[in-house]
Amino acid sequence: MSTYRRITITEVDDVSVIRFVDKKIVDSGSIEQLGEELNALVMVDKRSKVLLNFDNVEFMSSAALNKLISLNNKVKAANGRLKLCNLRAEIKEVFTITKLDRVFDLRKSEVDAISAFKL
Amino acid sequence: MMSVQDQWLYDQTLPSDLDVGHAAIEELMTALGSAGWEGMDVFRIQMAIEEAVVNAIEHGNKRDPEKWIRLVFEVTPTKATLTIMDQGEGFDHRNVADPTTEELLEKPRGRGVMLMRELMNEAIFNEAGNQVTLVKIRSVEIPE
Repeated sequence: MSTYRRITITEVDDVSVIRFVDKKIVDSGSIEQLGEELNALVMVDKRSKVLLNFDNVEFMSSAALNKLISLNNKVKAANGRLKLCNLRAEIKEVFTITKLDRVFDLRKSEVDAISAFKL
Repeated sequence: MMSVQDQWLYDQTLPSDLDVGHAAIEELMTALGSAGWEGMDVFRIQMAIEEAVVNAIEHGNKRDPEKWIRLVFEVTPTKATLTIMDQGEGFDHRNVADPTTEELLEKPRGRGVMLMRELMNEAIFNEAGNQVTLVKIRSVEIPE
């Protein structure tokens, strides 16, 4: 089991629900650490159903966005599933502009996302 | 009602240090608040200036402590004009690969310039590609 400082993990059914500690994900050192922790979820802890809940996140830079893309690539390679939920309108707009809304499965709420894992 | 500041001017030459750059961005965010900016526009400006400042320090100056960045900001209640300069060699801003193409969509890099262009009304690069001026006109937001 890895140690996590930038994220918290709760288990809902068989889904690992991840929340971010930082409201603003912008500091480069924290982003690097976040990237390592997200990778550890899949590569070390072997979690295969991962839900990123953004309800605490007010801002994230594209460097943080890049870490999510790396996570998505790792989850896919491990035949796992990744979903995102509770994104503020401002952050969702970034996904739309960059067309990453086609890459990620964005869900309105945690309940909605958890049920989507069961489909 | 809080008083709204008519114009805020900022012109600083700073070392190539991300912490110093972020402190300058925080000053800008405070000034935007004082000038009455809020909501989506504030987020868009923060995203764009973050990209520009990090690009200037990391890609432009390659974090060389001998090199500086210069930030010139003008904020009014309706318009924000932000110029970011570095001492790097610049880049060919006319030939930046489109990160939304099939082959690049899932690469974890290369979205900074696109985000600056899309989130701001204007993102004007100089010929050398080591200076960008970002312009945002305040939107009229419809309350939910």
